[in-house]
Amino acid sequence: MQKEISKKKIVVKDLNLFYGEFHALKAINMDIYEGEVTALIGPSGCGKSTFLKTLNRMNDLVEHVRVTGSITLDGNEILSDVDVVALRKRVGMVFQKPNPFPMSIYDNVAYGPRIHGIKKKSQLDEIVEKSLRAAALWDEVSDRLSKSALGISGGQQQRLCIARTLATEPEVLLMDEPTSALDPISTSKIEELCETLKKNYTIVIVTHNMQQAGRISDRTAFFLLGELVEYDLTERIFHRPRNEKTERYITGRFG
Amino acid sequence: MKDVSVISQRKGLSYEKAIESVFFISALLMVLSVVLIFIYIFMEGVPPILKIGLGPFILGTQWTPTYTTPQYGILPMIMASLIGMMGAILVGVPIGIFTAIMLAEIAPRPVTRILKPAIELLAGIPSVVYGFFGLTVIVPFIRVQLKSPTGTGLLAMIIILAIMVIPTIVNITENSLRAVPKEYKEGSLALGASQIETIFKVTLPAAKSGILASVVLGMGRAIGETMAVIMVCGNIPKMPQSLLSTVSPMTATIAKDMSYAGPFHRSALFGIGVVLFVFIILLNLVLNLLVRKASR
Repeated sequence: MQKEISKKKIVVKDLNLFYGEFHALKAINMDIYEGEVTALIGPSGCGKSTFLKTLNRMNDLVEHVRVTGSITLDGNEILSDVDVVALRKRVGMVFQKPNPFPMSIYDNVAYGPRIHGIKKKSQLDEIVEKSLRAAALWDEVSDRLSKSALGISGGQQQRLCIARTLATEPEVLLMDEPTSALDPISTSKIEELCETLKKNYTIVIVTHNMQQAGRISDRTAFFLLGELVEYDLTERIFHRPRNEKTERYITGRFG
Repeated sequence: MKDVSVISQRKGLSYEKAIESVFFISALLMVLSVVLIFIYIFMEGVPPILKIGLGPFILGTQWTPTYTTPQYGILPMIMASLIGMMGAILVGVPIGIFTAIMLAEIAPRPVTRILKPAIELLAGIPSVVYGFFGLTVIVPFIRVQLKSPTGTGLLAMIIILAIMVIPTIVNITENSLRAVPKEYKEGSLALGASQIETIFKVTLPAAKSGILASVVLGMGRAIGETMAVIMVCGNIPKMPQSLLSTVSPMTATIAKDMSYAGPFHRSALFGIGVVLFVFIILLNLVLNLLVRKASR
């Protein structure tokens, strides 16, 4: 298995997270590898989304959150004094519900680059086209870039959000149940997209859909009650899980 | 048993009907009041305008109803009202919007808990109190600091009106900022935008219609305000020459002249009322358009 010798992109060590008194993540240790799709699975409230959000510090927005431990991105600590703006540029995020801004398709994709100081129209045009192509959306919207992003379908909106994230040229893509609000056809498009995107990006995806995790991920992490129960190559997790709880969850015998 | 249930059901039904008609009559009273005001003002106010002539009335610059050859030109009052309103909006809107951003987006909860009631209180203060504040604080300040002979006039009026429109703008803007889905803000922050960039590039544009509506409502309040304005404007219906000119906007003229006006003078005041009414209707039309756009 050549996968196992991939480079470690993100290293999580002894990560604990508290919402006030509630201990939401318990001593998580996990390595996320470059150029792979890592799936986070587990029942609702198990901490997988919370974990995802610590990777780009989106948990900073929640009140009364306390985090201990260490997360490094390419060896640099991101939990202590780090420029979160620069971090979020490198670690992009796609949300559960498609959340395009109420502006044109073009402006949605150009939003990130503009924020980061690109003003030249020709350069922006190029980024917009490249990002929309990478998100497999260009052919569907190229003739209506100036139309409102709220007028396209949910599946297209979600791919637009992926394009918008790609436009800031991140290295890591975090996806928080990106297909849970989408129909099966849109879902399969996003899944195909993950397959192509992992050539250039490291992807971490939270999913409730076991088959999805099985189809698209290289590694799978099973969370339960704030603990990382098992983390291994997806193939092993699905066929030879070492932990009994993992097996029960994967085979659907877990409440 | 069966009979009882049928009877009680009927009772319930007539009770429902009765309450419904109470609602209906209440609503009808309001509509009736608007219609009556409309008819009365136009019946009283349109004939004198026609007699004076629409041009000389609206564009005339002399208001001398007590002279032997009286003139009824209200352009100075229209100008005073419009400049006062625009000035109040220019000063009040930025302060109001920044305050609303502070309340909705930035301030921690304990600060909001103090700031918000303070601003709501500001909205409830009677306008005569604002006038008194203007007369005892702002007017002397202008007289001394800017060396204006009386201190009263356009500038004092603009400052007072600005203070009066700010609560309206803050409340409505804050509500529309809070109504912006948090997904928009998260999306922006996740792209590496700072909090301030997110506020100016995503949140404010998304709340645009609500903010515009608050501005229009503020304009309505400013142009219609009477009592506070009478106390600080100087009450001289001359064309304003500078910010320190003493003026008399439409509302103040009506209220002040009404007590001693002769029959035709009185009718001419109703004519001013018609003009004011038209301004208010225009503002309301704009407001309705904005609200409809916002709800879409």
